[in-house]
Amino acid sequence: MKILEQLITSFIATGAFGIIFNAPTQSLVKCGLVGMFGWLIYVVMVDQRADVVLATLSATFLVAVISHILAKAYKTPVIIFSVSGVIPLVPGGLAYDAMRNFVQNDYGHAVSLAAEAFLLSGAIAFGLVFSEVLNQVIRKINHHEQVK
Amino acid sequence: MEVMNHSTEEVMEVCLLAGKIMLQSGAETYRVEDTMMRMAAAFGIRQSHSYVTPTGIIFSAEGTGPTRTKLTRISERSTDLKKVTMVNSISRSISSFEIDLLEAKHLLKEVDLQNLTFPFSVQVAAAAIASGCFLIMFNGTWNDFLPSMIAGGCGFLGLVYFHRFLPIKFFSEFLASFIIGLLSALFVKLGVGQELDKIIIGSVMPLVPGLLITNAVRDLMAGHLVSGLSKGAEAFLTAFAIGSGIAVVLSFL
Repeated sequence: MKILEQLITSFIATGAFGIIFNAPTQSLVKCGLVGMFGWLIYVVMVDQRADVVLATLSATFLVAVISHILAKAYKTPVIIFSVSGVIPLVPGGLAYDAMRNFVQNDYGHAVSLAAEAFLLSGAIAFGLVFSEVLNQVIRKINHHEQVK
Repeated sequence: MEVMNHSTEEVMEVCLLAGKIMLQSGAETYRVEDTMMRMAAAFGIRQSHSYVTPTGIIFSAEGTGPTRTKLTRISERSTDLKKVTMVNSISRSISSFEIDLLEAKHLLKEVDLQNLTFPFSVQVAAAAIASGCFLIMFNGTWNDFLPSMIAGGCGFLGLVYFHRFLPIKFFSEFLASFIIGLLSALFVKLGVGQELDKIIIGSVMPLVPGLLITNAVRDLMAGHLVSGLSKGAEAFLTAFAIGSGIAVVLSFL
């Protein structure tokens, strides 16, 4: 039940982000699906007590890989799909908590939260980079086969 | 391969126009450079160099005669993925020689002038719905769904209106998140909402600089260090503005 709730809300939220970013109308549903799969991975992994950084990394990687596949299939730029898919994974809550602790003069706690938020952003970056690398490697291999 | 002969001037104009539209609509730096050079090559300019930063494009083409270089300044950037897609497909049809220079120029000018965004009311509605959904995704209760929707929608509305009134991005983001914080605190005080933290986090999400972060990383990895760093700085500034807006409200509680 909880998973279903998460799936539906993440689908709608990512699709709505597609509207804010003015993605082409016919790609809105695909944006939503990309975001939904990413969030599914994240939620399931966090539920299984996996590390949050690892969960974010895997979710971002999946989002980026699906985006690459969709972009190739529909001949559109990758960012249309990846941008809205990555949004739910952005550590907004942690950044907020860090800010809140800063305001309440609890600097020690605030810095550790900020560090965690920074690590999560790094995980998002790495997820995107890994998929980019994978994409380039596949392209290279295909290219080599064509040359042969 | 059929190579069309055009004056270098005209080709450069078309390439720069395409680059300008893409950069203003939030495309990645490497895509802008790549598109411009591909277009130039399709129009018969073998050697071209483009240097793209978030605030300007320098494009240089070696055609017949001396090398020409042109500069375009980009002052206003927004997110409009539809325009990116359209210019991308125009550049594809140029590369496969389906349309000629005049046609391309005409199409690009059309794209440049068109206002393709969703109606403003739809955007605000989308922001509101997204805020509500994010609340649920961050383990909020359904009771807080409506307060979060209202706060998120008003925040987005505020962002756009403040930006129209005073085009300083940092300030409009600050005010927007301030409104969100204020509304959320009000809702909790009135007893309409329960968890202040969750409501604020959910409503702030539409302001989060997701596109900037994604593009900054991709640019950095593609070796566009200047663009990557400046986009990262922009994203950081936005995050800072949102954070301080909320912080001001929190410090009064």
